Amino acid sequence: MDGGERSRVEAVAAMNQQLSPDTLSRSDRIVSGRDPASGQPMNPSDAVIDCSSVWKVFGARTERLASMLADNPTHEDLRQAGYVAAVRNVDLTIPRGEMLVVMGLSGSGKSTLVRCMSRLLGISAGQVAVEGRPLGDLTEAELIHLRRSRMGMVFQSFGLLPHRNVLDNVAFPLEMRGQPRHARTQRAREMLELVGLKGREDHFPRELSGGQQQRVGIARSLAIEPAIWFLDEPFSALDPLIRREMQDEFLRLKGGMDKTIVFITHDFDEALRLADRIAIMKDGAIEQCDTPDRIVMHPATPYVAKFTAEIDRSRVVRLGALASPENGRQVEGKAMPADVALHDVARDILADPREHIPVSAADGRLVGLMDRQLALDVILGARG
Amino acid sequence: MMGPGIITKQAGAGGARRMTTSPAALIAAFALALVAFKPMLPAGLIRLPEGMVVPFADWINAVFDFLRDDLGMTQLTRWVASGVEAALDVTANLLYGRNRWPHLGAIPWVVIALTVGMAGYVLRGWKLAALTGGTFVWIAVMGQWKWAMETLSVIVVATPISVALGLGLGILGWRHGWFEKLLNPVLNVAQSLPHFAYMIPVVVFVGVGPKSGAIVTIIFSVPPMIRMTMLGLRRVSPEIIESGLMSGANRLQLMTRVRLPAARTEILVGINQVIMQSLAMVVLASFIGMPGLGQKLLQLLQALKIGLSFEIGVTIVLLAIALDRLSKAWSLHQPDHPEPSAGWARRNRMFLWWIGLVIGGFLLAHVIPYFHVVERGQALSLASPIDAAVNALIDLVKPLTEWLRWFLITWLLIPLRNGMLWLPYSAVLLALAAIGWRIGGLRSAVICLAFFVPIALSGWWDRAMITIYTICTAVALALLVGVPLGIWAARNQGRATRMLLLCDTFQTFPSFIYLIPVIMLFGVNDVAVVAAVIVFATVPLVRYTVEGLQGVPPETVEAAQMSGATSRQILWSVRMPLALPTFMIGLNQSVMFALFMVIIAAFIGTQDLGQEMQRALSSTDVGKGLVLGFAVAFIGLMVDHLLMRWSATRKAMLSL
Repeated sequence: MDGGERSRVEAVAAMNQQLSPDTLSRSDRIVSGRDPASGQPMNPSDAVIDCSSVWKVFGARTERLASMLADNPTHEDLRQAGYVAAVRNVDLTIPRGEMLVVMGLSGSGKSTLVRCMSRLLGISAGQVAVEGRPLGDLTEAELIHLRRSRMGMVFQSFGLLPHRNVLDNVAFPLEMRGQPRHARTQRAREMLELVGLKGREDHFPRELSGGQQQRVGIARSLAIEPAIWFLDEPFSALDPLIRREMQDEFLRLKGGMDKTIVFITHDFDEALRLADRIAIMKDGAIEQCDTPDRIVMHPATPYVAKFTAEIDRSRVVRLGALASPENGRQVEGKAMPADVALHDVARDILADPREHIPVSAADGRLVGLMDRQLALDVILGARG
Repeated sequence: MMGPGIITKQAGAGGARRMTTSPAALIAAFALALVAFKPMLPAGLIRLPEGMVVPFADWINAVFDFLRDDLGMTQLTRWVASGVEAALDVTANLLYGRNRWPHLGAIPWVVIALTVGMAGYVLRGWKLAALTGGTFVWIAVMGQWKWAMETLSVIVVATPISVALGLGLGILGWRHGWFEKLLNPVLNVAQSLPHFAYMIPVVVFVGVGPKSGAIVTIIFSVPPMIRMTMLGLRRVSPEIIESGLMSGANRLQLMTRVRLPAARTEILVGINQVIMQSLAMVVLASFIGMPGLGQKLLQLLQALKIGLSFEIGVTIVLLAIALDRLSKAWSLHQPDHPEPSAGWARRNRMFLWWIGLVIGGFLLAHVIPYFHVVERGQALSLASPIDAAVNALIDLVKPLTEWLRWFLITWLLIPLRNGMLWLPYSAVLLALAAIGWRIGGLRSAVICLAFFVPIALSGWWDRAMITIYTICTAVALALLVGVPLGIWAARNQGRATRMLLLCDTFQTFPSFIYLIPVIMLFGVNDVAVVAAVIVFATVPLVRYTVEGLQGVPPETVEAAQMSGATSRQILWSVRMPLALPTFMIGLNQSVMFALFMVIIAAFIGTQDLGQEMQRALSSTDVGKGLVLGFAVAFIGLMVDHLLMRWSATRKAMLSL
């Protein structure tokens, strides 16, 4: 590790401490959010973004729309009426600190959905509430205030201002809210150091590679320390190798930040790598919204199943997902960790003679027993 | 006899063979019948009866009288004009020492030349510096400084005003759909109105002289700026705007710090167009008493002083190229990051260099007066050698030009003109409707008639026919020259690039310049007009032929090559059909250029709309001038509609 790298890591660590004093682990966060298995709604005050029956329909005549949407029309119904439904009847609650990945093919409405959450687009029906306040009720000034203080967004093709150098691009949101020049450049320099672009402050966007430009985009979106972070296919425009590198970088940055993150992608592997929960969209509607484990193990619709068919499940499914309550069965021997993917302990499971293997959480609490045969089925593919 | 009307009728008949019920063919057949039975037609179908002529000119005059006398518009226009005049006085004082406020006296020419050269160096490099600086050195050394600065002072004043107006109107048009809808037809007409049509109302409201020259220049150069502003704002990528919104920009911040800077390139292209339009107009504004290069050129041309007018022509051309390259370089110029840890002096070294050069220039001018102002006696002149060379050249080509003149006049121009004048107006209108129907259905037929019926009603039919005949002849001859030239140039990549650059350069010249060589060769007559129009109209034809041929997808050509086609077969069966829609855009521009040129050329003697417009200008008859202007604009707009419509359909068909 060279000096630059170390100082970057230190900066990250400092940053993370500053941003989130109480660092939450991934499994803790899922527990604190909605319990996906029971479907119990969490405490409403914890919902950072709450979409209820959100519709976004494009079309020329919008006056007839309200009555039509009340009947919950299908994508096809709307098309025949001359509309394009980009978001259909979406109910979604994102708890504080969750990383939600919205995933779908192009044209499935995922980018539109995230724009409805930030009111870059007005919605046709339903309600989007951010931190308890319906977005539709905000005046323009309130909306601008919300964006200046709470939201950051990263764009697929970066959305950098071509006439400003890197430093001024990152400082732009701070300039918008009237921060004095000295303070905002200092903050922008910190952010650039954080994303590893120290020394490029004077460059213009066109002088940077795609990966570097997106680092600028990320630095800009984080400059105001947003509580809500939107990323709209941030790595899709990048080469596969750079994409992988940026994902690692993203995970490093995210680290223990206490941000609520909505991440859009069309890459299922990316979704599995990053998500606390994944929402899979098709034709504007959410097909399934669940943890990666459950999406892979229990796809809700044939469409979702098709997505997961090619996936190596053992890399996704963690031991905890296969554990069932012991129900009086005997617990013997050493427990295995719950939040490890099957693939990573495949050798141990194969060698383990026990029929039911105990699984425990990070704090040592027993989560349940895992059926060894079931685990082997997942690892090797089910028989027949 | 081969008027365009006849050509269409043949096309219409061809259509009739395939689709017997086509309305286009029916209308065409009807038109043909009108021509065939002309002797039996009532006079009212051959020429519009006197009683049916609509007094458009009187109506327009009534409106203008109302604006001027009852609404007191002159008060307003004089007030605006005095503002412009104040600005002109400042530039006149600084650029050529006119005795006006701020009474600082002329900046030495060497300082201006160094400054312009420096701008060229910063924006592009040594070559541009040599071109821009050299142009100003040439102007000074040739003793044309005062005239050139008179011209330039108008451009310096008019450009910022035009740009500001264009930006404002462009932003309004971009923001409000209804305003854009209002603006678009106005801009269409404004961009097809001949230069002179703008001058007449200005003369009425402001009078003659530099200030009216400046005002007419401003009015003339605003439309492209409006269009480029709207285009630029619309082209800003939505993600950039969204990123601005998500950064919490309010509307004003979004406009001034996101949208306008992101539309920088288009806006700078707009500024380039404003400058070039200004130059073209300010040269022509000599007709309304604008002093400067244009007036000098006009006087010298009228006195047939070829050598001297050639010198002025070179200056105008150099000025046009320098201004064009400089503003284009600005629009392409991208800022570079300075080296890190560079100090203030290093970051601003260009600025310091410039300050140094300016101080040096002032000192030099102080010590040696030649570098301040080149006096009359000190000026170089190439007039006598040029005159000698031109005379030798004319003696050499005289037999050819004489014969060409005789041939063109006797066998082409006069028969064609007589033919056009012989056609009954009713047949021409029907033929146009038939062409319109064939190209774009009922809608196009109606549009064609909407543009042409008013011309018939205005009572200027014969003049319009002469204009059309000149244009048809010139464009047809331009096709004979331009298309082969374009095909030849497109055969080779390097040649094509050079040809496009050449066309670009030619297009920057103010149209007035083209008159110098043709008057030189043919004297003052019909042939000179046609020749000037041909030269001017050939440029876009060459340009778009090259672009069309070059734009054919390489895979298509490769597929043809692999099918064993010879290069000749590839040209005729693959490249040409695919290049045709692009070529049509060139033809369209060619017709537009021809229209502009034919009107400008009127002062060397024609009997068409242009001549009448000159008369209207000298008698400041707004109504007549505008009616004639609109007649010219309508001819252009109709051709534009037909060609663009055809090109668009064709492009869609070829999925280009």
